[in-house]
Amino acid sequence: MIVADRKPLKEILEMLKGYNRILVVGCKGCVSVCNVGGSKEVGILASILKIAGKKNGLNLKVDEKTLERQCDPEYVDLLKDMVDDYDVILSMACGVGPQFLSERYPESRCLPAVNTTFFGGAVQHGVWSERCAGCGTCVIHFFDGMCPIARCSKSLLNGPCGGSADGKCEISKDVDCIWDMIVRKKMEQGRLDDLLKFMPAKDWTTARDGGPRKSVREELVQ
Amino acid sequence: MRLPYPSNVKIIQVPCSGRVDILHLLRAIEDGADGVYVAGCLEGECHYISGNLKAKKRVQYVKKVLEELDLEPERVEMFNLSAGEGPRFAQIAREMVERIKGLGPSPVNA
Repeated sequence: MIVADRKPLKEILEMLKGYNRILVVGCKGCVSVCNVGGSKEVGILASILKIAGKKNGLNLKVDEKTLERQCDPEYVDLLKDMVDDYDVILSMACGVGPQFLSERYPESRCLPAVNTTFFGGAVQHGVWSERCAGCGTCVIHFFDGMCPIARCSKSLLNGPCGGSADGKCEISKDVDCIWDMIVRKKMEQGRLDDLLKFMPAKDWTTARDGGPRKSVREELVQ
Repeated sequence: MRLPYPSNVKIIQVPCSGRVDILHLLRAIEDGADGVYVAGCLEGECHYISGNLKAKKRVQYVKKVLEELDLEPERVEMFNLSAGEGPRFAQIAREMVERIKGLGPSPVNA
């Protein structure tokens, strides 16, 4: 899923300065699963905004709406009868949400309430960890199900580097060295020879280095 | 025991302090409560294993939110006591009321 964190309240309040009619819009996709932008978190943020408004003597109108997804036009469309009643739309979806909202409602002011952080999964309740960098050319099959692009601090294809110690990365004792894990797994499974194969420099044009990306599936295009 | 405690404490019963949600605490503040506290069982003695520990974390979250909003985090608190401690229940109510009186009315009501 796409993982995000709510922006600091001070930053959100600063963005909302001068706006009195606020629509907080959640998303039932990834941000619901990582407990940052679903209907529950929308309720919490709306309540916080109302408290902040009352404290500052403002009569804020704060309403809540959570869409099935904010990354599909048909769901974004569902706001069409509402947006004119608000000065600002505060999206709690990943970075896609506020952009789809502002494209669909160009007259409205659409702001993000979260910082989109990475593609990852829940390693325990309340803890998410990065697993994919969305580089556009998956190499996980070479490395026994572990991605050095997303999980090595240097994205090395021929690791580990000299900064690996006791299974940890030199950047922090809290970060596992993925190359240590790859080598250990290859050793356990008797396939260490796989690593003798030289991995040439990665072609990053399928990643962000090739500019903004687009995926077209002709069989689906209508 | 007929123990007296301040009449301005409004009690809302829940089956376990683990039922208390962040939104319950926020709504109380939003609706004008000067303070709100959760009275849960003693730590390690939750009938549902960890309800009181979950409540504690939620209270801490709301305290952090109040701090970010420049409101006093002391307006929200978690207390732990057993169901057999009637006098302690009354004492906590008095303590909390005294604390809130010291802080004054919630700026949310201004």
